[in-house]
Amino acid sequence: MELTINSKRVSAEPGMTIYQAAKKANIYIPALCYHEALSSMGSCRLCIVELTKGNRTKIVTSCNYPVEEGIKVVTDSERVLKNRRMIVELLLARCPEVKIIQDLAQELGVKKTRFRIDEYKENCILCGLCVRVCEEVVGVGAISFLGRGKDEKVDTPFHRASDVCIGCGACVTICPTGCIKMEDIDGNRKIDRWQASLPLQRCKICGKPVATRKHLEQIKERFALPPEILELCPDCKRNYYKKQVVAQGHL
Amino acid sequence: MAMISDPQKLEKVRESILKDREKDSGKTQVTVCGGTGCRGAGAEEVVGTFREELGKLDGKAEVKFKETCCHGFCEQGPIVIIDPENIFYKNVTPKDVPEIIKETILGGKVVDKLLYTDPSTKKKVVHEKEIPFYQKQNRLIFGNNRFIDPTSIEDYLALEGYKALVKALTEMTPEEVIEEVRKANLRGRGGGGFSAGVKWESCRKAEGEPKYVICNADEGDPGAYMDRSLLEGNPHSILEGMTIGAYAIGSHEGYIYVRNEYPLAVKNVTIAIQQAEESGFLGDNILGSGFDFNVRVSRGGGAFVCGESSALMTSLEGRVGRPRAKYIHTVEKGLWGKPSNLNNVETWANVVLIIKKGANWYKKIGTEGSKGTKIFSLVGKINNTGLIEVPMGMTLREIIYDIGGGIPNGKKFKAVQTGGPSGGCLPESKLDLPVDFDELTKSGSMMGSGGMIVMDEDTCMVDLARYFLNFLVEESCGKCVPCREGVWRMLQIVTDICEGRGKEEDIELLEDLSDSIRDTALCALGSTAPNPVLTTLKYFRDEYIAHIKDKKCPGGVCTALIEYSIDEEKCTGCGVCLKACPSEAISGEKKELHSIDKKKCIKCGMCRDVCKFDAVIIT
Repeated sequence: MELTINSKRVSAEPGMTIYQAAKKANIYIPALCYHEALSSMGSCRLCIVELTKGNRTKIVTSCNYPVEEGIKVVTDSERVLKNRRMIVELLLARCPEVKIIQDLAQELGVKKTRFRIDEYKENCILCGLCVRVCEEVVGVGAISFLGRGKDEKVDTPFHRASDVCIGCGACVTICPTGCIKMEDIDGNRKIDRWQASLPLQRCKICGKPVATRKHLEQIKERFALPPEILELCPDCKRNYYKKQVVAQGHL
Repeated sequence: MAMISDPQKLEKVRESILKDREKDSGKTQVTVCGGTGCRGAGAEEVVGTFREELGKLDGKAEVKFKETCCHGFCEQGPIVIIDPENIFYKNVTPKDVPEIIKETILGGKVVDKLLYTDPSTKKKVVHEKEIPFYQKQNRLIFGNNRFIDPTSIEDYLALEGYKALVKALTEMTPEEVIEEVRKANLRGRGGGGFSAGVKWESCRKAEGEPKYVICNADEGDPGAYMDRSLLEGNPHSILEGMTIGAYAIGSHEGYIYVRNEYPLAVKNVTIAIQQAEESGFLGDNILGSGFDFNVRVSRGGGAFVCGESSALMTSLEGRVGRPRAKYIHTVEKGLWGKPSNLNNVETWANVVLIIKKGANWYKKIGTEGSKGTKIFSLVGKINNTGLIEVPMGMTLREIIYDIGGGIPNGKKFKAVQTGGPSGGCLPESKLDLPVDFDELTKSGSMMGSGGMIVMDEDTCMVDLARYFLNFLVEESCGKCVPCREGVWRMLQIVTDICEGRGKEEDIELLEDLSDSIRDTALCALGSTAPNPVLTTLKYFRDEYIAHIKDKKCPGGVCTALIEYSIDEEKCTGCGVCLKACPSEAISGEKKELHSIDKKKCIKCGMCRDVCKFDAVIIT
């Protein structure tokens, strides 16, 4: 099907979102809570665009609006930009020290926020990427949104170490503000934010940490991998396979 | 009741119920309102005492007794009505019960002290039907509450109960039912005002099985309780409406999502479902028609946001009630991703009326764009607090003055908030506005679920906006940035204004922020959240300016901006305020002028409340 984005005719497959269609056509739309590997939550509202369908124009979030034949989309109209600036002002007042927010503010020409910065506590913008990656990709769901409204936060149930967290670190990697910290010390992986401390498996050959034992157990259950390689670090694993390939005479 | 297997049997059962009642028609009938409002005022004790005392009569008089749910005139509860004379007793206590039995039931005399006094004429009214509060109403939906013991299916059948269902199942195709509802132009009573017929048709046409029919009883607006009262007082009418809807849509499973804070509604509707299943109005092969439909009750935790359709369905699925984008409508992908049709309690009740009497009859009531009646909860600074049902298009003035009896204590009307926290405040100049969906929206407010809070001259409109913002901040689910951060910032700014820290640029910032929240919030809770601020800014802007520039609160409410003092000419030196003051800020000799020490005064207003000479003034 075809739609128009910023006066440009763009083709898209049914089931795609406006965001995906725009990306395919190299049209940039800012977003904080969107990730291509995850379901759309539509919570940061930065990816809003102006959509005209028939004779009605409205603001929609591009990350979860399914493409339709003939719709007209504008990603940078004054109305869109004005609203994005307000959202950035709000986020800047919440997390003034977060680089990704500062960069967005600069990009949109927001010099400062008009809101009071008085309850500055931490750098979480509640984008929910960590929650979704844990549930949808890792398949665990160790963390979720707790509380509601302005008191909402992401945490483990009852702020206690989760029974199901495998210490994979996906939440750490995906967090756009860097507010989830992870450290491997004394044979344990620690994610203080979730009270997690999980024993690490050391590489059978070189002794370097591989992953948490719980993470390796999950991999073992999910994928039919030869058990011996699970206890090897990436470098030693590479060597192991290299030797096998050489032994088989392919090289 | 035994299983009723076909419409003919139903009519036989109905005939025999009516015949039995005909025999009793001459007997005295005592009706006590046991709705939640009257229970709060002690109705359960009154009911208990009546049962006990009537039991002692030993055949001296044959008296029938009935406990119903809400009649609407909650201000006067507990309410007792003696029929066939139609005598109306108000604020009845258990102590009054023996007197009512002795004087009225046995003696045929009226107990004067329990009669209602019309505040405008100061005259006592004997009969229920002569009370002005009821006279101007058109209680098509709500009126049956007065005659129904909600735990008795016979009471419902005696009032033509399940007749509409029989008509739909036996005389109409599902398409004809939808067409009738569409022709009647029934608009959703939960607030949105969307055409129920159009919604039903979309759901019927949507691909996917099973389809769900849901009743939204998550009424959460402060001060609104019409849905609760319908579900408590006439639960079978909701079940009948839902079953008709399910037949039209092609659904066999229904849910009633009701907040757990409504225990009586949960109880009564659960009893009604059981009765309907036992009698063949729910379950397999309803009344021999071949149509199956089951209803289950799902209790919610009382989150305001769960009144929003997608959040409600998420909560019904057992997850945290947070809304989602509805670019794909819930009629296509709703509960568990299946086509789902959600209507509010009052909407379902209207369905029964439309099918029973026909769209042509129904269309005669109301205005061009809004047909039928609407139930409002009339609360706040109003003489007759309660639930009222009026035809669409009645003016605010008629509602507030003719039915509501005006403002108490001779105060002046200032504003009326319609539509709950998402609605807006309308000033005196809008009193002649005909109340319907479109007119209210045009004025900047909305119908909402029908909350109507009346405010008098002692209300500060900035403080009122703050109250609603505070409610919305508490109830925001926190999912999207504009609602979570934006509405909270609005509250912060308005609080600053109320507490004397307002800056001139605040009004512009409030307006900018409101525009963005309206445009970008994920659900209707967020996008309508700025309404109380926008309407107060529209109609009472001078009050904001007084707070910001002059640091004064014209309503005399915001404690940081007011001072209490004593009027030299009015003070009689009676000493009442001196005794009432909790912070010992008032001094003065007996019969001499009193004065307030501003350093000690905590601005609680006690002195002003107790002064009989209006000598305490706020500046």
